[in-house]
Amino acid sequence: MSGKLTLGPILYHWDADAKRDFYARIADEAPVDTVYLGEVICSKRTPFFESHLPEVIDRLERGGKQVVLSSLSEVVIPRERNMMRDFCDIEDHEIEINNTAGLFHIDGKKHRLGPLMNVYNEATLKWLSGKGATHVTLPVEVPRSVVGGMAAGARDQGVGVEVQVFGRASLAVSARCYHARAHRRTKDNCQFVCEENPDGMPLTTVTGQPFLVVNGIQTLSYSYLCLVEEIDDMAAMGVGHFRLMPQDIDMVAVAHVFADRIEGRIGGAEARARLEAMNLPAPLSNGFWHGREGHRWQPRMAS
Amino acid sequence: MRPELICPAGTPAALRTAVDAGADAVYCGFKNATNARNFPGLNFTPEELAQGVQYAHARGAKVLLAVNSFPTAGRFDLWRDAVDTGARLGVDAVIVADIGVAAYVAERHPGLRLHLSVQAAASSPEAIRYYVREFGVRRVVLPRILTVAEIRQVKKEIPCEIETFIFGNHGLMVEGRCSLTNYVTGLSTNMDGVCSPAAQVHYDKEPDGCVATRLGDFTIDRFGPDEQAGYPTICKGRYHVPARDDAYYAFEEPVSLNLAELLPQLIEAGVEAFKIEGRQRSRAYVRQVVGNFRKAVDQVLAGEAPELADLVALTEGQKQTVGAFGSKKWR
Amino acid sequence: MTGLAQAKSGAAGAGRFLPPPPLFLLQPILRRVVRRVAQLHPNLFDRLGPHCNARFVIDAAELPFVLLLVPDPENLIFRAVSRRGEPESDARIRGRFFDLLGLVDGAEDGDALFFSRELEITGNTEAVVCLRNALDDVEGSIAEDVAGLFGAPGRAILAALRRAGNRRGKSR
Repeated sequence: MSGKLTLGPILYHWDADAKRDFYARIADEAPVDTVYLGEVICSKRTPFFESHLPEVIDRLERGGKQVVLSSLSEVVIPRERNMMRDFCDIEDHEIEINNTAGLFHIDGKKHRLGPLMNVYNEATLKWLSGKGATHVTLPVEVPRSVVGGMAAGARDQGVGVEVQVFGRASLAVSARCYHARAHRRTKDNCQFVCEENPDGMPLTTVTGQPFLVVNGIQTLSYSYLCLVEEIDDMAAMGVGHFRLMPQDIDMVAVAHVFADRIEGRIGGAEARARLEAMNLPAPLSNGFWHGREGHRWQPRMAS
Repeated sequence: MRPELICPAGTPAALRTAVDAGADAVYCGFKNATNARNFPGLNFTPEELAQGVQYAHARGAKVLLAVNSFPTAGRFDLWRDAVDTGARLGVDAVIVADIGVAAYVAERHPGLRLHLSVQAAASSPEAIRYYVREFGVRRVVLPRILTVAEIRQVKKEIPCEIETFIFGNHGLMVEGRCSLTNYVTGLSTNMDGVCSPAAQVHYDKEPDGCVATRLGDFTIDRFGPDEQAGYPTICKGRYHVPARDDAYYAFEEPVSLNLAELLPQLIEAGVEAFKIEGRQRSRAYVRQVVGNFRKAVDQVLAGEAPELADLVALTEGQKQTVGAFGSKKWR
Repeated sequence: MTGLAQAKSGAAGAGRFLPPPPLFLLQPILRRVVRRVAQLHPNLFDRLGPHCNARFVIDAAELPFVLLLVPDPENLIFRAVSRRGEPESDARIRGRFFDLLGLVDGAEDGDALFFSRELEITGNTEAVVCLRNALDDVEGSIAEDVAGLFGAPGRAILAALRRAGNRRGKSR
């Protein structure tokens, strides 16, 4: 089996020191090929880490990682529009676009398409690859059959295909900040309360069932999506890149499990057992892949 | 400039009701996954749409066809057929969200007006200009998150018409980017046009008179005996978080948008079309809401103060708001 | 909202001009009604889709009995059943008589009634949504069609009911 392991952008608001430490460890210890860097969720958070970016990029590159810069996903107010315009001017690194405003600026220049870009079919992919897209991360909700179709379409276009295989699934983004709302504040006066929840703020039903987590304007699954047992299937379809989403857990250990699986050193069941032995803070789910409810865990059929 | 009143039609009878009540245009969809209101018992067969187009055109009204969900790999034919059928039946525009579908319309039906659905989530002038530049989009349906001042600014920067929602369901989630329903039910809003499928909605009456709303395996709300109810959607539910003592509407209150009082400002800002939400609603709703807004728009255009009828009884949670259109405090 | 209090006074009002007839007298009338509606609106069944075999219990709060509806074109059932012997059903719709009349008359919005808790739905929600959408697509008014079955007296009764319903609606 072949394939590259990637680390998606940190979606949560970790403080600058936590991020620097995290990426230092990733640079030195994590067997990932590509690291996506950048603030995707909230434009207000960007100043906290901007000044550290050059140092972190350098550190990761010295560790042999390819660095791809990720854009914002919500672009509405002038500050965000300007950020997006400047982002699309970046020349020294590959960039991943997460909002259509970026497509306006990019016009022909090489770029990657993030998982929030709604690339669901071959026609959309073909159009976008004709305008400079070289790589696409599929929406987290697409089932196996769609991934297969997209991988075949991408092969025809010479486009790289990436699928999220670990971490909370992004389920919705909003114009409103739900972290601020929970604390009876507004987005403009949020005082960065989202920093209190480095793995998202848990939302529980009135019957006490853990359900979702909130990360500022974003809503994610409570469960950790995990497709470690499906990786061989994906690779056979032509998926070449497997994305881990950073959670507030030992991501180096997670990366080792997935790398061992991709390299064929361990089987799917063993890989899952090793993840389960980490005592993760939430249950695993793989329902989307199987065309089922996303929160479900579908046991692997004996083949 | 005379703005158009764009009205919902979930059934042929609702279409005729909307036209009779003064709609300048109705929007509707086929009975399948190609539109974002793929609800049981709703929508049109090709034959019904043909009759609807005839009925509307005979009375000077337009028909806009929503083909605004996202086809998945291997299923593109269904969306292509929807566009082709709409074009053949003479619809006045198709409302799309997917880039592949937009490209198909632009290439195969260059004479057919293309409107950009709110499901495309084009919330900045750049995003809108992208669709105009690439596919010749003639009108954008703006997300319900912009203030009147922002709409005025957007209007100055884009080379196409603007349609804004003025009444109905009030949502702040970015439309076309929501997989909450799929996480709980296995059916997708983007891919299947389904939001909180009725087949998985259950109302459990509890001994104390409370009613619990369940979607799939999750209880998304519980309301007391005298509390108003809302749509059984995840984004309108009540949940617990560590920062609060009681369950609260973590995302949105069950309120409806009503911009009747902002009509003069919206016209002045350059909005070309006013959209009423509610293809899932009844003829009674269509008749009352369309009739009232027809009167209000005509009064504003005649330079009179609009007479604003009370539509609050028709609103979710029996509460209404000008929502995001007034200020940014809601964020 | 004082919906509850009004529901009670409404119940008394409805009771005044709807004396409970013996059920056996009612059944042939209901049978005629449902056949007539089916005959006039065959398309109605298309919108019901898979739910035309569903068993709906319709419970108008003021009536001493409930109605059982199975909208299967091959085997239509619409009959009154005593509350004590209510049959098993797939879905149950409960509301006040005038609100339910308003729904089949195309005068009331089901969602609005639901939001205000004046309509209660239990069981298979999808079947109820389909039934609602199917009835709502019927041109004109089912209530009028039914009244027409009984000639001038039928139409007079409907007109009186509508007036009563309107008065109640306005006092809400």
